[in-house]
Amino acid sequence: MSEFPGHLDVEAIRADFPALARTVRNGNPLIYLDSGATSQKPVQVLDAERSFYERHNGAAHRGAHLLSEEGTEIYEGARAKIAAFIGADVGEVVFTKNATEAINLVAYAMSNATVTGGAERFRVLPGDEILITEMEHHANLVPWQQLCERTGATLRWLSVTPDGRLDLDHLDNMITGRTKLVALTHQSNVTGTIPPVTEIARAAHEKGALVLADAAQSVPHQPVDVAALGADFLAFSGHKMLGPYGIGVLFGRADLLEAMPPFLTGGSMIEVVRMEGSTFLPPPQRFEPGVPAAAEAAGLAAAVDYLNGLGMGDVAAHEESLTAHALDALREIRGVRILGPDTTKDRGGAVAFEVEGVHPHDVGQVLDELGIAVRTGHHCAWPLHRALGVQASTRATFYVYNTHAEVDALADGIRYAQRFFGARQ
Amino acid sequence: MQLESMYQQIILDHYRHPHHKGLREPFDAEVHHVNPVCGDEVTLRVALKDVDGEPVVEDISYDALGCSISQASASVMSDLVIGKPVTEAMTISQAFLDLMQSKGRGTPDEGLLEDAVAFAGVSKYPARIKCALLGWMAWKDATAKALEEER
Repeated sequence: MSEFPGHLDVEAIRADFPALARTVRNGNPLIYLDSGATSQKPVQVLDAERSFYERHNGAAHRGAHLLSEEGTEIYEGARAKIAAFIGADVGEVVFTKNATEAINLVAYAMSNATVTGGAERFRVLPGDEILITEMEHHANLVPWQQLCERTGATLRWLSVTPDGRLDLDHLDNMITGRTKLVALTHQSNVTGTIPPVTEIARAAHEKGALVLADAAQSVPHQPVDVAALGADFLAFSGHKMLGPYGIGVLFGRADLLEAMPPFLTGGSMIEVVRMEGSTFLPPPQRFEPGVPAAAEAAGLAAAVDYLNGLGMGDVAAHEESLTAHALDALREIRGVRILGPDTTKDRGGAVAFEVEGVHPHDVGQVLDELGIAVRTGHHCAWPLHRALGVQASTRATFYVYNTHAEVDALADGIRYAQRFFGARQ
Repeated sequence: MQLESMYQQIILDHYRHPHHKGLREPFDAEVHHVNPVCGDEVTLRVALKDVDGEPVVEDISYDALGCSISQASASVMSDLVIGKPVTEAMTISQAFLDLMQSKGRGTPDEGLLEDAVAFAGVSKYPARIKCALLGWMAWKDATAKALEEER
């Protein structure tokens, strides 16, 4: 489409993704609009993981042989690559299973610190507060509810405005002297909203609170620099950024990780083990029990290379262009209500919507028949849906391999669903 | 297109004009079921009466928010079950469950299932089976609760 500037050579990119070549229902080509759930993988990532198993599979950080040396080098090389990708120091990158585990790591480190008399800044006592928001994904909500339940702290939350932004009117009242931590999304997986994390972090730090940003939907889609962002912790998942399942990242400021007790314990994270007790390694190893997921790390490193090759600025610009197109196209369909901000200002590539008279599950079914993959339901953000007055929604998410033609196909598919169910158009 | 094989006209009719919808009194038990994957919810009440020592379903009333499959299924279910002895209704329920798990290969007993045979196509779409069963599971749960409370 000539009126949209070509930030990425999408045709060339698509050729790298084997999954995009398949046909789905009724022989239709796959139109994959569910990258917010999980991204497809380029052959470079698949090759990296495969080649690790074929040629370099030695258990990292143990073994006195060449293979284990190579496994270690690849694992630590991946750590360095991810650190550079987000502007962090190598020692500030902890590999986890995924963003959910990364967030749980911080929550459990805090309750562990409380129980074992650890550093005061992590201890959470009855009457202390944890501040989250109404727009959080369950991964950045439930662990904090549970932390409060374990410690007797109070969970508070910032509300959402009708257009899907964070209500910051009472921010100064909501962050108090008892607030231990503020946890918020860097980019909503439903409305695409990008809250002002830096501004909120500044307010939190003034009152002595820590800040954790859920970056599962931001790191894959926009340039992120931890120093500029200002959050103390960041959590994100490899599989949402063209990488494999089973590997995610917790970024933690060096001085914080240094003072944090471990979450999961076992081998690899210990220093000395006696029957009477054990001591633990410095971070990041302190937080990485078990044999390292080096093959997955190799895949993630290849994903970072791929994204760097595209340029995250161009990735974000491409998505903004698709999102703007989607907002325009869906706004024109009578009976369709888009959730969240109406423009692409501080809004990423997740477009969730309601179709009057057609339940999301039925919309999704019709789109599926046309080869279009979307998500339906509440997308692991049930309170956000209640706050927006919606029972469930249909969600399309965009990434580097999506095209403007696919956005048009989505709009056509929605119209078809309306006709099929006799809903007004 | 495959869509029509699942979305039979009967289903769309029940979706647009669900039978027995609304919460009514009196009732013997009420349950609230959800399908967390898609956000379908149903609140269902069952009223039983004693006929010659056997419990009979006097009324099923429900309030539901959900997709066409879950709504239509609850409507068809209430048509089928209201007025029947609980034991007979449980047999129908099992037959419907079997149909849902048949992966498109089931031959439904139309005499037993009546309009519910229209849901046969759902068994080819695993993601929708829970939708079709939501109302039935809620009814079974409510009935079990009601019978237990009677003891």
